Amino acid sequence: MIEIEGITKRYGETTVVKDVSLTIAPRTVTVIVGTSGSGKTTLLRMINRLVEPTSGTIRLDGEDNRTLPGFELRRRIGYAIQGHGLFPHRTVAQNIATVPTLLGWDRARIDAKVAELLTLFQLDPAAFGPRYPHELSGGQQQRVGVARALAAEPKVLLMDEPFGALDPIIRAKAQDDLLAIQKHFETTIVLVTHDMEEAFHLADRIAVMDKGEVVQYATPAEMLVKPATPFVESLIGAGERPFRLLAIETVADAVEPGAAEGEAISSTASQREALSALLWSGRKALPVIGPDGAVIGKVSLEGLAQRAAGPA
Amino acid sequence: MLRLPNLIRLLAFAVLIAFLTQPQWFEPLLRPLVQQNAPAIYNQGSLLQLTLLHLRTVAIATAGATVVALALAILVTRPSGAEFLPLSRSLVNIGQTFPPVAVLALAVPIFGFGEKPTLIALFLYGLLPIFENALTGLTTLPPAIMEAARGTGMTGRQRLMKVELPLAMPVILAGIRLSVVISLATATIGSTVAARTLGEVIIAGLQSNNLAFVVQGGLIVAVLAVLIHDGLQAAERRLGSRVGR
Repeated sequence: MIEIEGITKRYGETTVVKDVSLTIAPRTVTVIVGTSGSGKTTLLRMINRLVEPTSGTIRLDGEDNRTLPGFELRRRIGYAIQGHGLFPHRTVAQNIATVPTLLGWDRARIDAKVAELLTLFQLDPAAFGPRYPHELSGGQQQRVGVARALAAEPKVLLMDEPFGALDPIIRAKAQDDLLAIQKHFETTIVLVTHDMEEAFHLADRIAVMDKGEVVQYATPAEMLVKPATPFVESLIGAGERPFRLLAIETVADAVEPGAAEGEAISSTASQREALSALLWSGRKALPVIGPDGAVIGKVSLEGLAQRAAGPA
Repeated sequence: MLRLPNLIRLLAFAVLIAFLTQPQWFEPLLRPLVQQNAPAIYNQGSLLQLTLLHLRTVAIATAGATVVALALAILVTRPSGAEFLPLSRSLVNIGQTFPPVAVLALAVPIFGFGEKPTLIALFLYGLLPIFENALTGLTTLPPAIMEAARGTGMTGRQRLMKVELPLAMPVILAGIRLSVVISLATATIGSTVAARTLGEVIIAGLQSNNLAFVVQGGLIVAVLAVLIHDGLQAAERRLGSRVGR
């Protein structure tokens, strides 16, 4: 649980973050979105005290984050940034071992953790551990950056545009991997991005920041249906709203009784994918198969159209 | 494995060792440079011993300059020491602008003849390249890496030792290399105040109008400078490829 209470940050005359209060539930993904200069990165960096707030408090699991010295606090909080920030003079294994080494873990425990994380990120420990970061592709470097942030098993992971430098295909894969890893470690993730697509894909809750203030803090569905301000609306993009609405729900929620012809779709796919398949194949309905492969009903063009409609 | 440039370096090193240990082998080569009856090979001391003393003087002066310049550069790149940057800059600049000969002239009355004034002159002269390079190396580190170092919870000292110095090392080494090469050449003037360096050979040649002495003293210094320069540069490159600069 992260409780941000009345946080303000001023640099001289300019107020970068203005009286922000947010409560972030444990084991969730919260995405902070906003344009550049909205104060979203500053807000993130105040959680692990890379930036000290001018006023206000931040509590992690009820404890004020100023009770520990900054460097000790940061060893307990994962931090991944755009462009990965890997240490170029250290091997992949040494990079991942950074925080455990600082914490004084014994060799065997560090080695086991490094191997576990590399395997989890689909990098062969024997092949990648001894390499230097510049010998890796962009996507691999990014994965190592996240692995380093998770090495000391932090309860909280802060990410500042972690996928910003990746091409679209690798980015989509990295986002899915992140969600899988979040489930695996039950980490509380706070992620900053300016990419709405990314926000809707990853977030349990989204905080929209504008000129240093949080203008809306809501679940993706709420935000789509009831954008708090015209700014939020423009950020979502009026033309994208029905599709985003479909994208955040799975086919399982839209299943209707009945049968349909042709190729089936999995109930775990998003409704947007179902719509896309319907339009592309020119059918009115698709059969839906459950996780066990049995047909559990159909999803229809009409049904999806209703679900995509905003409030009257 | 042995490419041409390295082959030439190896050859130069072999010739240098041969010349220092068995100078009489080279007498026929130098003979045409001297007048009748004059010695063609330096005969007022061992060339090998002078070379070793020369190298020792340079090593001590550069080591001292490295310690002081690096310490200053580290100090002024810490937040608490930033205000000393202009002062440190002026100090090392004065060290560089003051001609070594003038330093010798001023130091002799205080420290007497011998090695000390030379060490002081070389030390002052060597500060600037090391200081400026260390400063450049420590202030141009990639921001993402510095951010990551703070974000992983390293203390200021850990960031310096584990990240900043290793990453800046190739640039710092380049400064030390410059300083060493300058000192190797400059050390010869130490012999004007009776420091035992290869300058003795050159000065003896000038005094007795013996061109062979001047040539052999000059060549030994030149070959030393080239070999040490290349050796240090190879070390830098090795480090540089590691840190991806």
